[in-house]
Amino acid sequence: MLLAKLSEAGGISGQEAEVRQLIRSEITPYVDEIKIDPIGNLIALKRGRKGAEGKRVMLAAHMDEVGLMVVGINSDGLLHLAASGGVDPRVLVSKLVYVGADHRPGVIGSKPIHLLKAADMDRSTDMDSLYVDIGAKNKEDAEKLVKLGDQIIFATKCEPLGEGFLKGKAMDDRVGCYAIIEALRKQHDFDLYGAFTVQEEVGLRGAGVAAYQVKPDLALVLEGTTAHDVTETPEHGRSTVPGQGPAIVYRDSSWVGDPRIVDRLIETAETAGVPYQIKRTVTGGTDAGRIGPTESGVPVAVVSMPCRYIHSPVSVICADDLNNYVKLAGLFLDSLDERGLPV
Amino acid sequence: MKDLVKKLSESFGPSGSEDQIRQIIRSEVEQYADEVRVDSMGSLICRVAPKAAAPGAAAKRIMVDAHMDEIGIVVSYIDDKGFLRFSPVGGLNPHVLLGQRVVFGNGVVGVFGTEKLDDIKDLKFDKMFIDIGARDRAEAQAKVRVGDAAVMLASFADMGCRVSGKAMDDRIACAVVIEAMRRSRPKLHEVYYVFAVQEELGLRGARTAAYGINPDVGIAVDVTLWGDTPEHAPFNVSLGGGAAIKAKDSSLIAHPAVKNLMIDTAEKNGIPYQLEVLERGGTDAGAIALTREGVPSGTISIPCRYVHTPAEMVDMGDVDACVRLLAAMVEELASPAGGGIL
Repeated sequence: MLLAKLSEAGGISGQEAEVRQLIRSEITPYVDEIKIDPIGNLIALKRGRKGAEGKRVMLAAHMDEVGLMVVGINSDGLLHLAASGGVDPRVLVSKLVYVGADHRPGVIGSKPIHLLKAADMDRSTDMDSLYVDIGAKNKEDAEKLVKLGDQIIFATKCEPLGEGFLKGKAMDDRVGCYAIIEALRKQHDFDLYGAFTVQEEVGLRGAGVAAYQVKPDLALVLEGTTAHDVTETPEHGRSTVPGQGPAIVYRDSSWVGDPRIVDRLIETAETAGVPYQIKRTVTGGTDAGRIGPTESGVPVAVVSMPCRYIHSPVSVICADDLNNYVKLAGLFLDSLDERGLPV
Repeated sequence: MKDLVKKLSESFGPSGSEDQIRQIIRSEVEQYADEVRVDSMGSLICRVAPKAAAPGAAAKRIMVDAHMDEIGIVVSYIDDKGFLRFSPVGGLNPHVLLGQRVVFGNGVVGVFGTEKLDDIKDLKFDKMFIDIGARDRAEAQAKVRVGDAAVMLASFADMGCRVSGKAMDDRIACAVVIEAMRRSRPKLHEVYYVFAVQEELGLRGARTAAYGINPDVGIAVDVTLWGDTPEHAPFNVSLGGGAAIKAKDSSLIAHPAVKNLMIDTAEKNGIPYQLEVLERGGTDAGAIALTREGVPSGTISIPCRYVHTPAEMVDMGDVDACVRLLAAMVEELASPAGGGIL
């Protein structure tokens, strides 16, 4: 399954080579051009039927994931770590991880309960007290296996869960990458660019650079977003709800979705009977915040996949949502052929 | 002038939903512009051509900017009883909202309510809701949609030499720019008067407008804070003290040539002015200044009390000083000497 391969591929911000190579090999058979720009964005072009007279439409998803990074090796051969992107240290204790480009297994260690003092029980974990054990005898041994700056990703297998759900890491934003890989199969009137961007999780860094090169007439960001629909979250605090379809985002903290694109997305979903939801919160930023203000401005909006437990070692998504997410993106592009660009 | 200020203050235009205010400003300025366009984000850009073409060289471009958006709220969720949950648009204090009313672009009015709170200090946006008088979700959805924005419902008050109303930030500056546009015609060079969108969300409209215009100099007009009410933190700007010439805020250090030209122009024309250093806050000049290879930029500020509340207050004498200073700045920049900058 392609999504499983994408989910399991490594790629913290700045170290996206593995996931980029995977995407590249998937799309090479059916796109017309592939370019890797100087900061590592992969920009693919599926040429339109109208050639140079046509418009340029850009789909964007970020390849990078949140994770950790080796920042030190102590004399016992244990690795000190730092967060890459927004990671809550409380979710890290006792997790299995892979270190470096070659996925060397490691364990985030924890103190056995036998040795914990009463006061430790009330204290939450901070990043400085965590370390990764890669089974090295000492510093010298460890240095043969890893080096400072190496990525640490979660060792989470992507697989079906229960009735119609999937679990895996890095759903934010490999689901978006997946949707673009699918969308690039089809030729449209306009030139369709797929921008697989770098370094979103450390400050939306890749997308503006990609947009500057593509100069799109319209852009759509495909994202993964929070879906904390569990336990005591009040209804209005549930940003999205898995099972209710892809989430159309009218605004977030980084950008106001172009209302013409938002309306077209809603019309497209309603006409085709594709379930959708409107995201209920406006927190968080996306690549739209860098694509939008490019040059004289690029009309852009965001469609997000609801992902429970985002930015943790394991997320849960609904398989129907995924199908509808890919479908909505495809139907939206079809509508640009049929009705023209809304902008 | 007060009529114009009243009209602009009471108009609807939260960040991201500037259609109505843009239309109103457009009808005010169209007659003074040689070309009017709306860029892809929605900013209104009015080009005024010089009386005479610049001899030899191509005309340079002067960008004058005021943002037309205002703070407000946006509906994020409609519950089954018809209450609206919302998020702020721009910098809002939840305490300011208590007892206030809002109005949507289609005229629907709502009032703010809060969940039960043991201590009013715990008031946060997610403990609040808007009641639009709907009896259930369906009735509410017939009136508003998730993603719709609303602004404070507040009428303009004429207090004599001072006036108060909502959205003085930055409609008072829109009025200043419109009035300066009426009074001045550049001798040389083109002037682009920009009424920008989405300033309150991070200077977004000015950024793309400036890229499109590619100006040689930029002037933003915006409100600033005040330091002259009881027990207020010290701040070198008072209502009635004249136009405030910005030295620095968190978005910009005014280009020294632009700032000094403002000071010299005020002195030369006998326009009252005060110098301003604002610790927190920014204006569109911050975005204009960093466009492309950089644009020498500065800000003319209108002192405004109670900023980001429905009862912002300005002094019409300050407003007049800002109009005169802006018009004189355009004259200086569009003269053969180019104000020493162009």
